[in-house]
Amino acid sequence: MKSAVLVFPGSNREGDVAQAIELVTGRKPAMVWHGDGDFDKVDLIVVPGGFSYGDYLRCGAMAALSPVMAEVKKRAAQGVPVLGICNGFQIVTEAGLLPGTLMRNAHLKFVCSDVHLKVETSQSLFTNRYQAGQVIKVPVAHAEGNYFADAETLKRLEDRGQIAFRYCSANGAVDVAGNPNGSINNIAGVFNETKTVLGLMPHPENAVEPLFGGTDGKGLFEGMVEALS
Amino acid sequence: MTIAEEKNPPVKLPNEPAITPQIVAEHGLAPDEYERLLKIMGRTPTMVELGIFSAMWSEHCSYKSSKVWLKKLPTKAPWVIQGPGENAGVIDIGDGQAAIFKMESHNHPSYIEPYQGAATGVGGIMRDVFTMGARPVANLNALRFGDPEHPKTRHLVSGVVAGIGGYGNCMGIPTVGGETNFHPAYNGNILVNAMTVGVAPSDRIFYAAAAGIGNPLVYVGSKTGRDGIHGATMSSTEFNEDSESKRPTVQVGDPFVEKLLLEACLELMATDAIVAIQDMGAAGLTSSSFEMAAKGGLGVVVELDKVPMRETGMTPYELMLSESQERMLIVLKPGREELARKIFEKWELDFAVIGHLTDTERMVLSWHGDIVGNIPIPPLVTEAPMYERPWTLTPLPTELDAAKVPAPKDWKASLLALMGSPNLASKAWIWKQYDHLILGNTAIRPQDGDAALVRVANGKAAGHKGLAMTSDCTPRYVQAHPETGGRQAVAEAWRNITAVGARPLAVTDNMNFGNPQKPEIMGQFAGAIMGMAEACTVLDFPVVSGNVSLYNETEGRPILPTPTIGAVGVIDDIATAVGARLTQAGLALVLIGDTKGWLGQSIYLRELCGREEGAPPPVDLAVERRNGDFVRGEIVGRRVAACHDLSDGGLLVALTEMCLSGGTGATIKLPKGAAPPHAWLYGEDQGRYLVATTDGEALIEAARKAGVPAVHLGYSGGVNLAVEGLLDVALEEIRAVHEAWLPDYMNAAV
Repeated sequence: MKSAVLVFPGSNREGDVAQAIELVTGRKPAMVWHGDGDFDKVDLIVVPGGFSYGDYLRCGAMAALSPVMAEVKKRAAQGVPVLGICNGFQIVTEAGLLPGTLMRNAHLKFVCSDVHLKVETSQSLFTNRYQAGQVIKVPVAHAEGNYFADAETLKRLEDRGQIAFRYCSANGAVDVAGNPNGSINNIAGVFNETKTVLGLMPHPENAVEPLFGGTDGKGLFEGMVEALS
Repeated sequence: MTIAEEKNPPVKLPNEPAITPQIVAEHGLAPDEYERLLKIMGRTPTMVELGIFSAMWSEHCSYKSSKVWLKKLPTKAPWVIQGPGENAGVIDIGDGQAAIFKMESHNHPSYIEPYQGAATGVGGIMRDVFTMGARPVANLNALRFGDPEHPKTRHLVSGVVAGIGGYGNCMGIPTVGGETNFHPAYNGNILVNAMTVGVAPSDRIFYAAAAGIGNPLVYVGSKTGRDGIHGATMSSTEFNEDSESKRPTVQVGDPFVEKLLLEACLELMATDAIVAIQDMGAAGLTSSSFEMAAKGGLGVVVELDKVPMRETGMTPYELMLSESQERMLIVLKPGREELARKIFEKWELDFAVIGHLTDTERMVLSWHGDIVGNIPIPPLVTEAPMYERPWTLTPLPTELDAAKVPAPKDWKASLLALMGSPNLASKAWIWKQYDHLILGNTAIRPQDGDAALVRVANGKAAGHKGLAMTSDCTPRYVQAHPETGGRQAVAEAWRNITAVGARPLAVTDNMNFGNPQKPEIMGQFAGAIMGMAEACTVLDFPVVSGNVSLYNETEGRPILPTPTIGAVGVIDDIATAVGARLTQAGLALVLIGDTKGWLGQSIYLRELCGREEGAPPPVDLAVERRNGDFVRGEIVGRRVAACHDLSDGGLLVALTEMCLSGGTGATIKLPKGAAPPHAWLYGEDQGRYLVATTDGEALIEAARKAGVPAVHLGYSGGVNLAVEGLLDVALEEIRAVHEAWLPDYMNAAV
């Protein structure tokens, strides 16, 4: 699997995701600078976490208009898989690759904590290593992760199986207690219609080693390798 | 500009006020200090010159009250690469790597404007570390707030925590540890002490000493604005009712720009272009240019009109004294300007050559071709005021007889009250607002162990090297007896590093005290230093960097003396480290160290009896070392499952914390012939650890051989915490009060 990780000036989890990819594939991803409108052909594009251009305006709003994102949109339209994590989820959503939006957390504070996620489907190139209904533990770290979509969009997402992950309690119950940010329907991650684009707020890249947060996030990377190699 | 021109007296700028005694006083210079200035200058200074003296001779920059005492601290060890005097301390951590770290206060600004004050405190300490070539790997912070019932406390907690998180989270550096206390003595002066730890190749450390006559002086980072003017002077006086009006002296932070600055500086550092580099912190351009020239024994010409400015109409005075954030000063090798410019332009930062080095040992400031300041550098350093202020040591209070302290009427209620009290309650509300996991290296998270533990990649295939770090001080002990308190703060930091299995290496100190012109305050400072010096010597735990914050008083009321100790240790393989979490049943619980049942100055005495009295627990440093070395050996030898040092609240609180964090209960029994149960369970005797192990007998036998007191208390298991004959309470009941206090407090309507 050849992959590229975008780097905006304020990206700060690009190293974490690059490390996770290298751990699983044995191969370093290409790091692509935000000002570059073109980059080598790859099997996967990752938009990592961070603060893109500072995010003093709406998160990801400026990054969505960057030269590199114009290229990402083009390739996504051709079916190249795109994974947006945290700020990357905000950016791909702002860029129109995914429906909905990420609002300020309901409690208005930054939250960094392990959360439990319920895997909604194993039928995607991102989640094929998990079982539908499986509960995994990975961390979140964000201030604007409160997913929202209007009723019509939400219904479409639910009906077409575009929900990838939901926040839940340790026992798998999708409830208020397990929701760290107020996301509607406890949504933690969504696919586009073709399931070639995944955006999620949690950080599977920070859960790939037993001594450093556990390995529940590793399946996501292993699944992509299996699907894309 | 030629050297001949540099000796010209400066011109006076239009509208420049005459220097009056009132203007001198407003600059915080005492009359005799101004006399000293006149002697050095040989004439009346211009405004910008007066401003420079004021900043450089402020307590904050000159350490004029503390220097004579700071010299008593041990600063050397074979592993110390750089001790105090640079931007941060540097120690060798093996594998050709160095850890670079320092703790610094931002107390006064954080009280006036909590969000920006705390945020820029974090920004400032990170710059101190990356200016030396290190990539920051972790942040910690030690916070002291006033009485929770004080009307300002909630607002201050909220702002400070958001500010620390806002800055550190955006920078992408995990905030992995720290401490938060409440006490009415901090009502008018909170403490915000921020620490950064970074890692660099040990042969690629960057220093501030300028070299090379004619070399260009380069300004990079943000533009200079009018924020933070006189910050250093403001931090060197007491607060009064007008302190609110000092808000304009607080700087405003931009963590995104600092992130760019970090990346750009590290990129430039990977080339061979840099001769010297210094961040612009307190007293901004003044102290950075001055210190670089002074350390190199050189002079400097600064063309102030070339400084990138945020607003129009700025004066030389404002440019020299602004504390705008996210700026660096660099001396480049000749001919490297374009290489450097390209890097900073890539990161969309300002870059300007603003002067050059000379051999005149003078600081010459020019403004559109005119000289507006001309100061000889060496005398400003050598003739700087230094005070041996009168000091009175605090006498050792009488020992409190534990038998005269009432036992709890209801054991369960006493434990619930302590675990739900402001100082012992869970601080998850705070550290969950800090990204403590970014970079993927955090092995021991907040609340999971006595020290935070962070991986340092060392290029080796086997094992993960780790840095352990902690911040500690028990101000009530220091208040009661500064020497004991100073000793204890160092010992506890050493113990916390030890309790995860790491080797304690070195210390950074952040000395927060009241007005040093009062002999009893100066005596607290002196006593704390004596205690710290002794502990650092016996424990081979040198001080490599530090910061002093004095005048933490409001309307004459001082804070508790608070010498915060930040410490760093190393462990060769993180797989051998342990946390404090009890995660399995059937483990033997063994208490290491001697228990007499010391209740003087204990949390039990304060929270449950409403008394702050008696002598603090004594610290026997030889015993401390013996016990700690034994425990560390057992941990690294993989004979320990969990370990927690005993501090605030003693044995029962430590055991409760282990149970809560690991989600496993425990049952213990008091040994025969023990002190009164409440003294035994809540006493705060020093040098102790509670260890969980699969083989209690072997551990006790090993301890016996090492001459270390050890007693088997009971086992982990179940969902309750029980002390035979005294207490049996469900963990979930304790957890509820322990986790509720802070969020409930913060969410309560005002």
